[in-house]
Amino acid sequence: MKANYGYLDGSGEYFITIDTDLCIDCKDRGCVDGCPGGLFEIIVDDYDDEVAAIKEDKRKKIKYDCASCKPASDRPPLPCVNACTPGAITHSW
Amino acid sequence: MITAGIDMGAKYIKVVILKDDKIIGKSNVPTGFDQTESAGKALEAAAKEAGIEISSIKHIAATGAGRKIAPLANSTITEVSVAAKGATYFYPSVRTVIEVGAEEGRVVKCNERGKVEDFAINEKCAAGAGSFTEAMARALELKLEEFGEISLKSDKSIPMNAQCAVFAESEVVSLVHAKTPKPDIAKAVHDAIASRIVSMVRRVGINEDVALVGGVSYNPGFVDSLKRGLETTVVIPDQAEYIGALGAALAAGERGE
Amino acid sequence: MMSDDKKEFWRWKEYNWRDENKDWKGAELISAGVDVGSVSSQAVILVDGELYAYSNMRTGSDSPNSARNAMNWALEDTGMTYDDLHYVVGTGYGRVNVPFANRAITEIACHARGGNLMYGPTVRTILDMGGQDCKAIRCDERGKVQNFLMNDKCAAGTGRGMEVFADLLSIPIEEVGDLSLEVDEEPPPVSSTCVVFAKSEASSLLREGWSKKRVLAAYCSAMAHRVVSLLERVGVEKDFAITGGIAKNSGVITRLTKELNLEALKSKYDTQIAGALGAALFAKTLMEKQRKSA
Repeated sequence: MKANYGYLDGSGEYFITIDTDLCIDCKDRGCVDGCPGGLFEIIVDDYDDEVAAIKEDKRKKIKYDCASCKPASDRPPLPCVNACTPGAITHSW
Repeated sequence: MITAGIDMGAKYIKVVILKDDKIIGKSNVPTGFDQTESAGKALEAAAKEAGIEISSIKHIAATGAGRKIAPLANSTITEVSVAAKGATYFYPSVRTVIEVGAEEGRVVKCNERGKVEDFAINEKCAAGAGSFTEAMARALELKLEEFGEISLKSDKSIPMNAQCAVFAESEVVSLVHAKTPKPDIAKAVHDAIASRIVSMVRRVGINEDVALVGGVSYNPGFVDSLKRGLETTVVIPDQAEYIGALGAALAAGERGE
Repeated sequence: MMSDDKKEFWRWKEYNWRDENKDWKGAELISAGVDVGSVSSQAVILVDGELYAYSNMRTGSDSPNSARNAMNWALEDTGMTYDDLHYVVGTGYGRVNVPFANRAITEIACHARGGNLMYGPTVRTILDMGGQDCKAIRCDERGKVQNFLMNDKCAAGTGRGMEVFADLLSIPIEEVGDLSLEVDEEPPPVSSTCVVFAKSEASSLLREGWSKKRVLAAYCSAMAHRVVSLLERVGVEKDFAITGGIAKNSGVITRLTKELNLEALKSKYDTQIAGALGAALFAKTLMEKQRKSA
């Protein structure tokens, strides 16, 4: 399942997509500690699989919480994407 | 050399006239429904204060949302550039300029010569601009001035869930129904928008000194929340609303040569 | 701010329904779903998997009691009580506020499951435009979610956004859609996505002499366009269906299906009960599992 967390508002589209099919066999759970903002957590989804998700109280502030990792004039590798060993995480911006 | 800058804002049009880089006249006129007409009036008023004829102005540069239709302008310049130029004119030590207007929020990183090195813009979303605080003040049936003042009376930190001005209004109404004191709600609102601005500042890096300009700089509640969020002091130039027009007039000076 | 003491243009009709011809007393499995949204709440009761009763009401400011109010209303005149419900699933924004639920399931999964029943197993893409959120869901033939997106940060593209416009133009919200289609020529869409700025833009347009219908058309057009952007992120595959309150807004739906070049399936069920219906279906499955393992 592709879970898209984030939003589209007047200023743009900001989504973090987690391919949860890749989370199921992941042992490292690197995203949880890998994100400096603590955006990720492991949940049991509606189909009883243990997968990564963006914490509920962070989903509406994604642009702001990710801002420190996305400087205005640069695009360094993102810590969460690096930490995710199965490569399940992508950012839309 | 006499130069002028026109800041064609959505709500107000500001003009600054410089003679050899000294301010000799300025004006501030509501934009109204006819931008071109109001801009003409603003120019006339500033010229009158300066005691000069408009024809003696060597170069007029226009900035702001409506800069492309500014009458008599010789050139246009972005709001990002004029923020840096205008702020460093008053405070040469400024390296980060935060400008929050009614419709847009901007952060500019500049060098000692007021040249833009980096910037981030929050536009087209009311939650990232002054419209947010205005809407919440209306929801609480308070004047904007009072709204800012009473937020300083609170020492609570209620986080706001809504990140949208429309939803925040409903949230504020719920807080009122739950008998939350207005100062606490006001503080929550100011902390919320300040934190969004602070996140934007992080994208260019918080380099002191930090200056705040734009309409929202007159809101003491916002200024307080911003200082706490940035963990630095913030300088606010006198008559901060003229920074854009001033920056444009300075740029006009460079271009007029 | 919308005050309650003047005519409320944003208020839509609340209602309940039950199948008067069904006798539930001999049923094997009575399951229920309650969807507590930030704007509206629904309760659905299934008797052996068939729709028996439901309610649709405004959540209001009394959110902790909304679930109970919605369920009470669905139960009204049925002779059924809470004790007769074998399994209840809570969902929605306030799903933690369904105190009598046996389990809570996300509104995404519930909408997919509900849509699968309402529109049939061919449905693959479901768009739900609710009161304060907008969901785009891709599902398989069993109604299991394959890809989803939920936007509840921004009012544009939600019922609240439309309510702001109904209020601005003093038009009852149920008439907004049809009125927006009564224009000779489709105007350009409102340029601001943001409801706050779109409202200012609309005020300017009215001052310039635009009719209310034209302004509505411009706004519905902008809303449809924005929703298409969201749908494109999950990808649109037919068959396509639309649930939620705005599914009843012909102005948005007509423009949306035109831009997608894809018709939306129709259902005999009320589009606003999709979430609660899906929850009630989950409740049935969970009860069956429980009985099997007992």
